[in-house]
Amino acid sequence: MTAQTEKPQSTDKPAEAVAEQRTWKDYFTFNTDHKVIGIQYLVTSFLFYGVGGVLAGLMRTELATPDPDFVSPEVYNQMFTLHGTIMIFLWIVPAGAGFANYLVPLMIGAKDMAFPRLNAVAFWMIPIGGIFLLSSFFVGAPQAGWTSYPPLSLISGKAGEAIWILSLLLLGTSSILGGINFLVTIWKMRIPAMTIYDMPLFCWSLFATSCLILIATPVLAAALILLSFDLIVGTNFFNPGGGGDPIVYQHMFWFYSHPAVYIMILPFFGVISEVLPVHARKPIFGYRAIAYSSMAIAFIGILVWAHHMFTSGTPGWLRMFFMAMTMIIAVPTGIKVFSWCATVWGGKISLNSPMLFGLGFVSTFLIGGLTGVMVASVPFDIHVHDTYFVVAHLHYVLFGGSVLGLFAGVYHWYPKVTGRMYSETLGILHFALTFIGVHLTFMPMHELGLLGMNRRVALYDPQFQPLNIMATIGSYVLAVSILPFIINVLWSMVKGEKAGRNPWKALTLEWQTTSPPIIENFEEEPILWSGPYDYGIDAKTLEGDRTVQELLTEVQGESS
Amino acid sequence: MKKTNTIIIAAIGIAIALPSLWYGQNHGLLPVAASEEAKSVDSIFNLMMTVATALFLLIQGALIYMAIKFRRRKGDETDGPNIEGNVPLEIVWTAIPTIIVLVISIYSFEVYNEMGGLDPMSSHDPGPQQIAQIQNHQQQLIALDPSQADLALGLGASPENQGQKPYLNVNVNGIQYAWIFTYPETNLITGELHVPVGKEVRLNIAAGDVLHAFWLPEFRIKQDAIPGRETEIRFTPTLVGTYPIICAELCGAYHGGMKSQMIVETEADYQKWLEQQTQVADASNWDKAVASNPSNLSDSDFLAPYADEMGVNQETLSELTQLQHHHH
Repeated sequence: MTAQTEKPQSTDKPAEAVAEQRTWKDYFTFNTDHKVIGIQYLVTSFLFYGVGGVLAGLMRTELATPDPDFVSPEVYNQMFTLHGTIMIFLWIVPAGAGFANYLVPLMIGAKDMAFPRLNAVAFWMIPIGGIFLLSSFFVGAPQAGWTSYPPLSLISGKAGEAIWILSLLLLGTSSILGGINFLVTIWKMRIPAMTIYDMPLFCWSLFATSCLILIATPVLAAALILLSFDLIVGTNFFNPGGGGDPIVYQHMFWFYSHPAVYIMILPFFGVISEVLPVHARKPIFGYRAIAYSSMAIAFIGILVWAHHMFTSGTPGWLRMFFMAMTMIIAVPTGIKVFSWCATVWGGKISLNSPMLFGLGFVSTFLIGGLTGVMVASVPFDIHVHDTYFVVAHLHYVLFGGSVLGLFAGVYHWYPKVTGRMYSETLGILHFALTFIGVHLTFMPMHELGLLGMNRRVALYDPQFQPLNIMATIGSYVLAVSILPFIINVLWSMVKGEKAGRNPWKALTLEWQTTSPPIIENFEEEPILWSGPYDYGIDAKTLEGDRTVQELLTEVQGESS
Repeated sequence: MKKTNTIIIAAIGIAIALPSLWYGQNHGLLPVAASEEAKSVDSIFNLMMTVATALFLLIQGALIYMAIKFRRRKGDETDGPNIEGNVPLEIVWTAIPTIIVLVISIYSFEVYNEMGGLDPMSSHDPGPQQIAQIQNHQQQLIALDPSQADLALGLGASPENQGQKPYLNVNVNGIQYAWIFTYPETNLITGELHVPVGKEVRLNIAAGDVLHAFWLPEFRIKQDAIPGRETEIRFTPTLVGTYPIICAELCGAYHGGMKSQMIVETEADYQKWLEQQTQVADASNWDKAVASNPSNLSDSDFLAPYADEMGVNQETLSELTQLQHHHH
């Protein structure tokens, strides 16, 4: 509980001299420091990303040929079920929570999250739930897809399915606890000078994300509990054999799982809104529009779930309603994309790793957004639903969107978290390989789906093989692309150049403290002397003839 | 200066519009369209593709231009201009997407109606197991006799065919891992679907075990088969040919092998086939042309012919059978 350490009383000594340093052991304990927990989240989710990635590689290897010759179809189904579940619940969602944990208190000038112990509890549920989920491989992993639709999920292996349900309940609870914590922290713990319109946009996006988590996740929990009753004690909530209705499960499942897409993408919208202004040296374009569009996406995002069910037991009028709502959500999303472009336009861009991933995010996510409008159209979705077109769309959103945004954030805050600079050459190599890999893997899938290849299949029509080989090669490129990243992160942690407090000359509060930040975050309450994105006022001379850089040095001098 | 700007903007507009309009019509990404409704779906996809290509070129073009043009010069430590927004511009880029999605929504609504999606007989969910009471409040609107059981969810008759009986009714049952077709008038049971060209067909879709989805890619139609709920699709094939029938909803390990075909033939050929099949059925030649009744056979016997098609070896088949038995 080192986070509870009393602040040193004597202020005459420099804070760094007495500041306790984190040791590696702290990261394996029930530590309540939000920075430790943030790193725990990130490292844990990266490990699970590795597992999910290996599964993806194996699946693509299977799909290099039309016959199920590499693994048996049962094993293939187990792999895509766990690939989807891991990538959502153990990679992107916890990685977003990791960023939020590390950054939100620093960005709002707080010493920690509102509920530090609850925070640690929420984190420790992730490795427990994750290892529990992976243990299902020993008893026959679940094979009904990450959607786990009954009746198939009720008859394709009881033990694996039960483990899937229980581990998801754990991971969902963790997410809810995190959501409460972020919401209260953002609302109550800002330094007094910071109004909601002085918050960095990352905090806005986390606020929207947390609202979504709190509204939607309990409904998933309800669906899973009822499903577990059907599975384990033989009730008939969803089992048509006893008069149950499998469509009700689909509604409950997607009531969470569509908002889940926004739970996964909104934090990284926030990351991009931080990264682009800093490396383009320009204020964010349309702060309020971006902030409000996050809230609009969260609100409308609650009312679009049945677009996953256009070919299911959904009557025509409902299909029309959900088509209209889904189309509308393109508007706030479009506002963000245009605003990001306008932010960069006319700036002074450094094409470094965070900026490349940031621009790569806008470029790739755009494609996912455009196909998103297409699949919102009911008549067209009826054709492509459950095909590779949807697989392409969702990976453009979640890989091209969330994951590229995530890497932009990792490079951007790496100096802050480790106190050292990363290698730019390796970072750019990582970006180039990832960008090529993403498009090579997922672009051909659009055509596959349109031509008639259904998803979740281990065996397919031989006419689809050439495009599948392309996708498989792309997936190997993606697998290789992670190597320069791993080397970079580990090597730079030891050998990287010292970063100092603020290598990017950024204006948000986290850059005002040391790198890595001291245990209590700030030596004394930070001063909000600028808006989060007030770039370009240096030319106007601030407070006489001092530049921003001079002012920053002064703030640092005062605080040390 | 103002004039050159106008010229540049116009040139960019044309440079984006022309390739978008061309690509929207010539993407070649869809298989042949074998019904009028499929062509309507294609036309909406083409429109969306045109708009998407234009936005794609605009944004990607801007990103590439910015990455080249707005680079920080070496040694320049100053910031870019302090521009925090532009309300008229923000209104424009809120309004344009709003109009685009509004147009696409209205067009989609029209096409969906044309496909029969808003046929009152099929656009309401009668609920699981055909509970008639749910529909009581509808009785003032349309004369409805739930006992006739022609009320199902899915794609109903196109507006011009509404209220009329389809030329051909076929009952479709999805089971792991096959589609079984029953022609109610002749009691013919088959493993592939034969329909005459130019006549409206109604498929009454049911599922025997888990969820399946009946997909005809060349007709752009798909409807889930749901145990305990009847669903339907109606369509009129306009092109003679053989088309794949694909299960699109995950239904188990051999989901990828759950395929059949639909043969659209001339009226004469269709009648000839029908005659042949009834004779074959009379001669009880079960193996050859007529799908067997799965309940009479063990799982492995039933799956054997499908396994051949799938390229499944005997070993995995026996595994599969074991897997099946675990669940019974």
